[in-house]
Parts: sequence; structure tokens; C-alpha cells
Amino acid sequence: MKLHSRNLLGLEGVSKEDLTLILDTAASFKEVLERPIKKVPPLQGKTIVNLFFESSTRTRISFELAERRLSADVVSFAASGSSVSKGETLKDTARNIEAMKIDMVVIRHAAAGAAHFLSRVVDANVINAGDGAHEHPTQGLLDMYTLREKYGSLEGLRICIVGDILHSRVARSNIYGLRTMGAKVSVCGPATLIPKEIERLGVEVYHHLEEVIPHVDALNVLRIQLERQQSGYFPSLREYHRYFGVTKEKVAKASRPITIMHPGPINRDVELSADLADSEHSVILQQVTNGVAARMAVLYLLGTSD
Amino acid sequence: MKNRKVIIDAEGFRRTVNRLAHEVVEKNTGAEGIVVVGIRTRGDYLAHRVAEKIEEIEGKKVLVGCLDITLYRDDLRGRLDQPQLKSTDILFDIGGKVLVLVDDVLFTGRTIRSALNALMDLGRPSTIQLLVLIDRGHRELPIKADFVGKNVPTSKKQEIKVLMSEVDGEDAVYVTEQD
Repeated sequence: MKLHSRNLLGLEGVSKEDLTLILDTAASFKEVLERPIKKVPPLQGKTIVNLFFESSTRTRISFELAERRLSADVVSFAASGSSVSKGETLKDTARNIEAMKIDMVVIRHAAAGAAHFLSRVVDANVINAGDGAHEHPTQGLLDMYTLREKYGSLEGLRICIVGDILHSRVARSNIYGLRTMGAKVSVCGPATLIPKEIERLGVEVYHHLEEVIPHVDALNVLRIQLERQQSGYFPSLREYHRYFGVTKEKVAKASRPITIMHPGPINRDVELSADLADSEHSVILQQVTNGVAARMAVLYLLGTSD
Repeated sequence: MKNRKVIIDAEGFRRTVNRLAHEVVEKNTGAEGIVVVGIRTRGDYLAHRVAEKIEEIEGKKVLVGCLDITLYRDDLRGRLDQPQLKSTDILFDIGGKVLVLVDDVLFTGRTIRSALNALMDLGRPSTIQLLVLIDRGHRELPIKADFVGKNVPTSKKQEIKVLMSEVDGEDAVYVTEQD
């Protein structure tokens, strides 16, 4: 068993077979994370650079932990205080890092396509940790893993992604991955935050939570960037919360419990009510735990494949 | 043409497992503190059979676990095909225990080296003893089994195939040869 690609740039076009391999492998790593010694040796001697051109706490810590638990040597880099602030191009940064004999690069960048670009100019395995509004494949994988763990299979599962779909790389990775695995995906949000022709990705579009809640198993609630209000995508946070905020009262309308997911960080009582985020149906913290296992799986499969 | 020779049949298989279980009990003067851990895949089934037999002899429950050594292999890189990673299932503390490590065939000793490293990351057993069904020689590391079902001197061209009813539908050991 081996992945068909030497990079993970997105979930678009990744086969069901490869996704299944990653999810199965993640399950094995989850067991490693429950041991007293949470470290295993498969990436001994491999060097991984985390290139974070955009701020991130969760994803970066998650990747670093995953890398260290596989015994890789890890160097992390944040854009501020680096040569990027001196005007160095991405290509030059990458080439210089590669000249230091690096095996794998994890990149987070504000520009869509940054990871694809990097994979063309360096020999190291490239993992996309989020590129603009394009994809965030490891988030998609950990969401899929969390759902599969809870429901046993993704086939036929109904998931609605709620919120700012327009600017969301998490939404795209989830749509591609979940659809490949046979899940039914819908999106729900204000018309201004739903991209035109998103139906082409095979999703149903809703503009009212009340319409979609009775027909789903899980809601993946996206973070609302507070600055979007200033750009006029919606009139006020209070109004957003009233129409698109996921609350206990709204999900109570469903005939059975709905699983609540959120990629974090949460704006409590904006996109998701605090009591629901902390309720028994929320798997938000499991998502974080599973994130380490899913990233270990990707790093392991790519890092030992050549 | 491959020619295939039976070296242990179903009856022999059963007797060998019986003897191995008795030897474990004899060496450790009972089943006290013994846990049995098999190396995936066939070592795992063998471990269950040995443990059941020890329980039968001593009338005491014996804990069984299974170990996946994939992450500890020394040939993980540079293989054409990645081995499928499976889970280690040891749901008890191995610290202070007499751990009987079980595998079907002892060959180069590299699998056992990996297994020892994996076990050390899980805890600190008081002793680790090695039980194998077949010892076929050709060691590349200084490793020796404590309990051996059958010593089978082989050439490197030969292949030992252990079949177990749990996965293969029959209990038998074959040696096959390229001629």
C-alpha cells in the first residue's frame, strides 16, 4: 500500500483508495497517542521544515507534535522576523531551505496555489497546511477521520458546512474529501458568503439553517472572520448569529442528535453558541486530537515512500 | 516449479503448541505474572493458542496482546511497497511482567529486534522470553529463542510457510523450494 502522490497539496482528485489508506493509518497512530511513550521511530533522520507564512497556532503545533512523535527533526519558521519581511520571494526562500538538505516541507501561505508552486520548485515532499481560500487538506482529513470514527463509515453520511464558504479552504477540502468517500455534503450561509456555482462541486446550497437541520447528521460550523463585517458581507455579528449562528434551540428541531464540528478557533456565541460547543454532541476537541493522528498518517505515508 | 513439503501437519501443530505451553509454565514455575504478546499477523494467533493452553494447564487467566512492529522496522524506507500499518493492541501494563513474545518463524532476527524496541517503548517487563514455532536459522543479529517448536535448517532459497486456520483455513507448516 502506498499513496499515489509524493505530495499532499489538496484533497481534490485524491482517490477513495488513498483517502482510505490515510484514514486507516491515522487510526493506528491514534493508538500510539494513547501510549505512555507517544513516540515512534519511522521518520528518524528525516528533516521537516514548517514554513508558516500566515499565523496559526493549532495547525502548527499539531504538525510539530506529529513530526516529533514520528522522530523527525523539525525546524519551524514564522514569516515575521524572517527574510520574508526583507522581501525574499517564496521561490528563493524554498530553494535556500532546500540547499540545507530538507526532506519534507509543510507550508501555510495566504496565496492559493503556494503549495503547488513550491512542489514544482523543490524536491522535498510538500504538504499543504492551508493555502489562501483554496485547500487545507489535513483539516479535511481530520474532519473525515472524526466523522468516520463516530459513525463507522462516511458512505451516505449527510454533512452540512455552515458559514463563510466563500473564503474557506476548510470547506473546499471537506467537500472534495467527503464527496469522494460517498458522503452527501451541503453548504449553508448568507448568499454573500456562498461562492457562485458551488453546486458544481456536487453540493446542495441552503440559505436557512432551519431547512437543512432536519436532514443532516453533522454540522461543520466555520469560523466567521470578524473583519468580514467591515467588508459588508453581512450587516452585523448579531444579525449573523440570529440567522446563521448554530444554537441549541435550532438543532433541537432535528429528530436525532446532530454532531457539531468546528475547525477552531471558535467565536463563541457568534457562529456557534457556547453551550452547544461544550455539549456532549460536540466533537470539537476530538477533532484536535485526531488532527495529530491524521497528520502523523500523512507524514508517515509520504516520508517513508521513497 | 516449486515443490512443497509438509514439515508440520495439523496434529503436529497442536502437539507442538501444547509442548511449548508446557515449557513456558515449566521454565517460569507456573503462570504467575506471565503475559503473552504476539507479533502481527500469525504470531498473534499463535500467542492466543499458547495462552489458552497455559490457562488450561494452570487454571489461571493469561493476558494476551498483539504487537504491530511496522513503525520499528529497519527496512521501512527503500521498499517498493509500504507495509500496511496496523494497531498494537496491548490493553494491559507490561511493566514488571514476564512477557512471552511470540512469532511464527525466527529467521534473520530483525523482526524480533524491532519488536523488542517497540516493547521497550510500551513499558519495562521484568523479563522478555521469545517463543517461536519455527527456527530456520540464518540469523543476522545476536538473537536466540527461549522456546522453539521445531528447528528447521534451511537454505536461503527455501521458504517457510506457516498456515493457521484463523486466516488460512488449515494448521500446517510447509517448506517450499525453488528448483
